[in-house]
Amino acid sequence: MTVPRRVAVAMSGGVDSSVAAALLVDQGVDVFGVMMRLWVEDGRVNRCCSPDDVNGARQVASRLGIPFYVVDMKSAFREHVVDFFLDGYAHGVTPNPCIECNRTIRWKHLLKDALGFGATHLATGHYARVEARSGEWVLRRGVDPDKDQSYVLSVLGQTEMAHAVFPLGDYTKPEVREYARRRRLPVAERPESQDLCFLAGDDYRAFLRRHASDGLTPGPILNAAGAVLGRHEGLAAYTIGQRRGLRLPSNDPLYVVAKDRSTNALTVGTRAELGRASFRTLPVGWVCGRPPAAAAFPADVQVRYRAARVPCQVTPHPDATCAVELARPLPDVTPGQSAVFYQGDICLGGGVIAA
Amino acid sequence: MTAARVYLDYAASTPVDERVLERMLPYFGGSFGNPSSIHRFGQEGEAALDEARRMVAEVMVCRPGEIVFTSGGTESDNLALRGAALAAKSARGASHILTTPVEHPAVLNACRYLERHHGFQVEWLSVDSDGRADPDDVARRLRDETAVVSVIYGNNEIGTINPVASIADRCRARGVVFHTDAVQAASQLSVRVDELGADLISIGAHKFYGPKGVGALYCRAGIDLDPLQPGGEQEAGRRAGTENVPLIVGLAAAFEITAAERPRHARRFAALRDRILDGVVDLVPGAGVTGHRHDRLPNHASFVFSGVDANRLLAALDLAGYACSSGSACKTGDPSPSSALLALGLTSDLALGSLRVTVGRRTTDEDIDGFLATLPALVEAQRRTAVSAG
Repeated sequence: MTVPRRVAVAMSGGVDSSVAAALLVDQGVDVFGVMMRLWVEDGRVNRCCSPDDVNGARQVASRLGIPFYVVDMKSAFREHVVDFFLDGYAHGVTPNPCIECNRTIRWKHLLKDALGFGATHLATGHYARVEARSGEWVLRRGVDPDKDQSYVLSVLGQTEMAHAVFPLGDYTKPEVREYARRRRLPVAERPESQDLCFLAGDDYRAFLRRHASDGLTPGPILNAAGAVLGRHEGLAAYTIGQRRGLRLPSNDPLYVVAKDRSTNALTVGTRAELGRASFRTLPVGWVCGRPPAAAAFPADVQVRYRAARVPCQVTPHPDATCAVELARPLPDVTPGQSAVFYQGDICLGGGVIAA
Repeated sequence: MTAARVYLDYAASTPVDERVLERMLPYFGGSFGNPSSIHRFGQEGEAALDEARRMVAEVMVCRPGEIVFTSGGTESDNLALRGAALAAKSARGASHILTTPVEHPAVLNACRYLERHHGFQVEWLSVDSDGRADPDDVARRLRDETAVVSVIYGNNEIGTINPVASIADRCRARGVVFHTDAVQAASQLSVRVDELGADLISIGAHKFYGPKGVGALYCRAGIDLDPLQPGGEQEAGRRAGTENVPLIVGLAAAFEITAAERPRHARRFAALRDRILDGVVDLVPGAGVTGHRHDRLPNHASFVFSGVDANRLLAALDLAGYACSSGSACKTGDPSPSSALLALGLTSDLALGSLRVTVGRRTTDEDIDGFLATLPALVEAQRRTAVSAG
């Protein structure tokens, strides 16, 4: 890595980004903090970027003796992340807004702001590592296997990687908390953040209803043979592999196997009917800018944020999509989520799983 | 940050003058008595208070009894507006307030409060594109039921100076109480009562190298004010609560020094200001000066830039070593255009790209050289970011 001359740290008021800032300060790097205002829903308390979070981040910055600024990102976040989320559900897939937020908000808009403020680099509190290897920027998994976040960073390319700093990549979460305590950061005991930041503590279905998503029209629940077993409350309320909430009488547990938007039908089946051994992706973004040279290559694939990696064979096509053959079927290959490819602990890139 | 920091936000606040600090210190520890007490500790406090009141009255050319000490400019504005309006309502059923759309939030929101909670009708005077009210417009809109008229003296956001004396004449002719918010002006212009002619004049100490948390209201003898808070009989019943002696001493000392040294600073400030106004317009494409080009506070330059987000520009300037303001402070990252700038007829896009640069006693020519060398590239960078981000 080139030595960062001035680093903007994306701060959220949480432990991870606070410690990321502290680590850089303690290394003697010239650091300032930026916090994004992403989302405000009238009359609701956000889980993210609330006035409390802003105050928390500001107090950490003050403790560290670094400047701190809040930048407004609300319209970009609405357009690129929330609308993307609503559209995805309306189109029958299970979108991953965190990946989209990293692609557009953090690593396009915020990076531009940081550079406009005179920073040479942008740091975040993600658990991942960036390294220069033979003239290329390489994205590696964080050393904490429980916290690795390279999945949501798989959208980075060489341009973004050249400016990226991930101070937490070599640390485990317990070490990060310990660092926060030792450094007496006022956020050391904050609970881990869960689910999507803009949901205001609600179930995502309640959010969809509030924002009038059109994926909430009730329709039939079918089995593989096409027999009607019941009614669903709207395709958006279900995701592939889901078992709970189907409310169907059956001796064997039933799972969501497929969602057909053209007929508004939800297909369920037994666990045996659930697995998929192959799938296609939408165009894949490669961290190094291009796919590996071979016509097909072995890799490990991760099909959800917290999922285990599974060996696979990847065949890139000229239109940048990929065909993926899994070594064993996976129950939760879900259109809309990203398939992210690894070789060892190196993240090659990823693409959205096609419907 | 290792870079030197240059402060160009003297309209937001000023450092306490060393001489002022010296004068205040004895009243925190040694002479700490309550001015209302009978004993000699109290007598020392009361003497300091009397002396401070005399000093302020001397600068404003009024009687000491016409000075009410408050907790700052905002309280002075509130006491003036709410105090005079409510007193006029009880005395003669007054129900109408005249003010401008370019007032400081302390005045704007005091008026809205009177509208919402006390049934007053607030009528907005028109202002020209420099933010100036017209005395004839004031005269035309005065009514029998007008309780109070409030027009800002030197505008905090755009620097424009209002023809306060002419407005005061028109109000006096109709027997209507006239208040002017001189909080921003007091460091730069004379606030002599005989020149301004106003019945109520608000000032705040930290704008003129005094401490924060203390202000004063000139209240012409014979004008009735309903006090804001019930309590003791301090400040002749107009402002209850034990007087903050050290801060009041600080206000008086700072005010006296400011008035005495004004001739020495004014010309230099105006020269620095004009360098900023000319330099920015020359060097930054699409820059517009807000407020009157000449009839403005001598230390105040303000602009709008197309296609720029003010908060981002301020962050970039700060990181480059220059502390400025957008004129309407908003640190939360929730941008909304200043209502004062919109009242001048500016578009919301322009109003969101405002910058205020205000100089003070410590500002040097080199500071302005550096600022003018830095700003154009930062504005350019913000425009690139904003365009490509769209």
